[in-house]
Amino acid sequence: MSLEITPSQTIGPYLGIVLPWPDGPFVVPAGTPGAITITGQVIDGAGQVLPDAMVETWQADEDGRFDKGFRGFGRSATDVNGYYHIVTVKPGSLPAPGGGKEAPHLDVSVFSRGLLDRVVTRIYFADEAGANLADPVLAQVPADRRDTLLAVLTEPGEYRFDIRLQGEQETVFFDV
Amino acid sequence: MTGVHPPLDYPAYRSTEFRAPKRPLVPLPHGLTEITGPVYGSSPVTAADADLTTRYPEEAMGQRIIVTGRVLDSDGRAVPDTLIEIWQANAAGRYKHKVDDHPAPLDPNFDGAGRCMTDSEGRYRFITIKPGAYPWGNHYNAWRPAHIHFSLFGRAFTQRLVTQMYFPDDQLFSQDPIFNSVPDEKARQRMIAQFELGLTVPEWGLGFSWDIVLRGREATVFEEG
Repeated sequence: MSLEITPSQTIGPYLGIVLPWPDGPFVVPAGTPGAITITGQVIDGAGQVLPDAMVETWQADEDGRFDKGFRGFGRSATDVNGYYHIVTVKPGSLPAPGGGKEAPHLDVSVFSRGLLDRVVTRIYFADEAGANLADPVLAQVPADRRDTLLAVLTEPGEYRFDIRLQGEQETVFFDV
Repeated sequence: MTGVHPPLDYPAYRSTEFRAPKRPLVPLPHGLTEITGPVYGSSPVTAADADLTTRYPEEAMGQRIIVTGRVLDSDGRAVPDTLIEIWQANAAGRYKHKVDDHPAPLDPNFDGAGRCMTDSEGRYRFITIKPGAYPWGNHYNAWRPAHIHFSLFGRAFTQRLVTQMYFPDDQLFSQDPIFNSVPDEKARQRMIAQFELGLTVPEWGLGFSWDIVLRGREATVFEEG
């Protein structure tokens, strides 16, 4: 049996009524050995930050597995300055469809007023240069845009990853 | 993406202007990260979370309704044990949210937030009140048709869906760019719940049914190594 799917609609400005969870940003509890924080701003094409967006992340555990009860999921509404933050561990590499290895990454969904459907991107890590070079997904991204997919270490355990919806530095978004 | 979803670039909905990405999307082959997804089998959702009308000292004001249906995938399979989150305006068309400045009354007995897990057959059921229509600034005399926001996970990253459920015979559809952003007429109709006398509880509340269809889970593209 084949059924027609239900269309997407915008999340609108009132997602704060139910979607933010107290433990949403914590893929792992604060203080977990090896935990990292990924922080950034969501920015529109006029250079304005989005105070009403929601960022969700999904990832493998440190060994690149999805089958060992690891929560893997993070959710952060942006604050008045457009910042989201996720506390997690850096995932392991994964086998890629068609062979090879996918470099450590998180899948990311961004929702907001003005987005009629989610937009999807990936967070890779700038300090995994070797693995990134061999990643088949990054290889499909124009070389001059790959930097938009790299989280940069700003201090120990702290990564920065901004999401630009439009403009010169528009983040690469994927068709899933 | 399939052609069912609205285009991101849709000027009639003005908020898309600076938010819809302009560059072409890059195809993403489905690997392990895409074919898996969060599971909330032990999530602390309680039965009370699915009743939006009785969690305060007085009952919520408005037309009491039952909204129920199944979550399925496009292969026709039920999606069991998946989290549904909903939010909505009150009967007067006002959200309990700091950025809603529509001068309609708040209801101290209604917060508009609901959650439930689908059962083993993908069924869900909420008790709430019918939300009111409300004005917004998109264009002159713009009004949103009555709607309930739905957020669903499914079983894979590719199945994640946020949408809105509408009510039958709403006179406001024709002027609403969000509803009309879905290009296909039949797809728009799939966002509209059906009134059903059979779901209506005598002497108590009106029944609406609405099934939600997520993408198929698709074949596993390769074995986990």
